[in-house]
Amino acid sequence: MRTNIKAALLAAALLMGSGPALAEGNFWLWLVNFSRQKEVQAVDNKAWKEECGSCHFAYQPGLLPGKSWAKLLDEKALADHFGEDASLDKDTLKEISDYAMANAAEKSYFKRSRKIALATEDGEAPLRITEVRYIKRKHHEIPEKMVKGNKDVKSQAYCNACHTKAEEGVFDEDTVDIPNFPDRD
Amino acid sequence: MKLHKILMTAGLLLATTAAMATPATDELFARYKSQGAAGFDAARGDKAWHKESKGEEGQTMSCSTCHGQDLGKEGKHHKTNKVIAPMAPSANKERLTDAKKIEKWFKRNCNDVLARECSAQEKGDFLKFLLGK
Repeated sequence: MRTNIKAALLAAALLMGSGPALAEGNFWLWLVNFSRQKEVQAVDNKAWKEECGSCHFAYQPGLLPGKSWAKLLDEKALADHFGEDASLDKDTLKEISDYAMANAAEKSYFKRSRKIALATEDGEAPLRITEVRYIKRKHHEIPEKMVKGNKDVKSQAYCNACHTKAEEGVFDEDTVDIPNFPDRD
Repeated sequence: MKLHKILMTAGLLLATTAAMATPATDELFARYKSQGAAGFDAARGDKAWHKESKGEEGQTMSCSTCHGQDLGKEGKHHKTNKVIAPMAPSANKERLTDAKKIEKWFKRNCNDVLARECSAQEKGDFLKFLLGK
């Protein structure tokens, strides 16, 4: 009997640990999830994917804290979104900002989001993901010629220029491929 | 015989105009007319599409800056490098089929390229021009 329970527990644990397939929605799942969620939760909202993704990489909500999203996803702010008019109709804007607030860095149990939440806890809300201390630190050693001076990258803001799995929310170093620098490290 | 010919031509004309419109553009043409626009002209749209103007940040740009010279091919956003699907309905059957989407992008892109919103007349001309592509 006891071994049965152990086997069941083990099976349950293995199932829970079966990686990103089982998105980690709440604290309890996070607690029993042995592989933990290392990265950033992938986008699972159609409007977000379409509206944000039609102009740029659809940054995951977990890449910024809620206070940043609140500033960015405001009717007036979107009319001048880093120099571009990105205005949305009221219904779409509501769906998108609700999604951002529900999945912002401090609401997520994914490791990178937790670190971003921690790094942005104090001080003014960053408007650019590249202003987040944790992300800055992670890119500290990358020479400028690979990013700014690289015609196929141009800026750190274009995550998916180098992070081949950025869309899945995976920013692990092993998935990085810098264009025009195949022999990095 | 003469009548027959006239009917044939009329039929052909109808067939060609039908191919060059979508329910979405029909809806928009009607809306623009109700907003005071007169007839719409593809040539005028063509000219305005290619006209260089000062954008929001003082740089010269036209619609082609992002949509590319060949509307049958993909374009590229001038800042983010994001690929933009072809504008020509002949190359992209999704194009000009959603009135809400068309209006959304007119608002944004006119603001970005011309630093103002486009008039109903201008928008209708653009649509007429694009429908022929």
